Amino acid sequence: MLDKNGIAKRIAKEVKDGYYVNLGIGIPTLVANFVRDDISVEFQSENGVLGMGPFPFEGEEDADIINAGKQTITTLPGASFFDSATSFGMIRGKHVDLTILGAMEVAENGDIANWKIPGKMVKGMGGAMDLVASAENIIVAMMHTNRAGESKLLKRCTLPLTGVGCVKKIVTNMAVIEVTSEGFKLLERAPGVSVQDIVGATEGTLLVEGEIPEMNI
Amino acid sequence: MIRKTVANVQEAVDGVKDGMTFMLGGFGLCGIPENAIAELVRLGIKDITCISNNAGVDDFGLGLLLQKHQIKKMISSYVGENEEFERQMLSGELEVELTPQGTLAEKCRAAQAGFPAFYTPAGYGTEVSEGKETREFDGKMYVLEPAFKADFAFVKAWKGDEAGNLIFKGTARNFNPCMCGAATITVAEVEELLPAGSLDPNEIHIPGIFVSRIFQGEKYEKRIEQRTVRKLESM
Repeated sequence: MLDKNGIAKRIAKEVKDGYYVNLGIGIPTLVANFVRDDISVEFQSENGVLGMGPFPFEGEEDADIINAGKQTITTLPGASFFDSATSFGMIRGKHVDLTILGAMEVAENGDIANWKIPGKMVKGMGGAMDLVASAENIIVAMMHTNRAGESKLLKRCTLPLTGVGCVKKIVTNMAVIEVTSEGFKLLERAPGVSVQDIVGATEGTLLVEGEIPEMNI
Repeated sequence: MIRKTVANVQEAVDGVKDGMTFMLGGFGLCGIPENAIAELVRLGIKDITCISNNAGVDDFGLGLLLQKHQIKKMISSYVGENEEFERQMLSGELEVELTPQGTLAEKCRAAQAGFPAFYTPAGYGTEVSEGKETREFDGKMYVLEPAFKADFAFVKAWKGDEAGNLIFKGTARNFNPCMCGAATITVAEVEELLPAGSLDPNEIHIPGIFVSRIFQGEKYEKRIEQRTVRKLESM
């Protein structure tokens, strides 16, 4: 079973040379720490920066330079700032190559829910609806089950949707899964996790074909 | 040169009334029009509708207007980090219209640029698109979203000149440029107000034609919401 850093480490392998990448809040943010340093990648934050760098050193924080999680950040050589309409133009116009975001639920048809729990939590969708509606390459980073132990990979989402039919790949603490027209397809197992464990933790249709390799991280 | 300068924040907000709709720039607490917000709080105007990506925190930004129950309706994309907001929303005191962030920005830009509405894929198939016109283009579904209509836009820039030209800094730019000229009256507050001719025309982010009034803010607190740092030894 992977921890959050393990999930981020596995997803980092999906980041290719020359990619512009948007990282969501939570586990996705950690992906930046594990991207190979021999490839060229630029991180976009939808509040208006491309070429995001690490957190600033103590005392060097600038209130005017933050990421979409409202954390103080730095920029790397080649970085640029822009307004919100331009930022979402990059996203809507499919100039961003990869979007990595968290989810509360994903359905076997690629639907995703991550912005609202009726009666409990309504923080808003932020940029998530724009991201999932436009991006062609979306990876969801999340735990396989919720705190109550219930599967987050469902036949149909029960929570209000963020987007329809948009998720292509899911990396959880247990598995790497592809979303296909026939349902979830198991691609890889996390170290120490059996196919049976994954089947048991997945409510939606799970296709298991042949030997399922262990993740190489 | 057409002068846009006003003496102070009092003159800058002249004409604001109960029941009006305001656009306010900023992302979280970054790049918010601190001085205009403070003056709106002082004036005590009520029943206002605020178009702003976020709603501030309990004791800063739009949270100050919420505390005094001056806001009737918020149009935002993300409203976490504010307990008073949550309380007013759940009790029904505050009306909230959650809008995808890119749609929010484009509804401002459309108003600025003279488009009555536009199609976007964001929110299709979700509750955001309920009751809205949808249309297929090249096999993909889109939602028709109208431009915003607002009485005042309050924006914050880094530097500005007497002609109303603006330059923003870092990610404090965010929604501010999109809101300039998107309301009947655009009020820009700047950290540094300079004589016309001091700014290089090549470097201007927003031309003064989109700005109605400009003033230098008295002070800026620039509060940081999430101070994240790394230690020197982690090099």
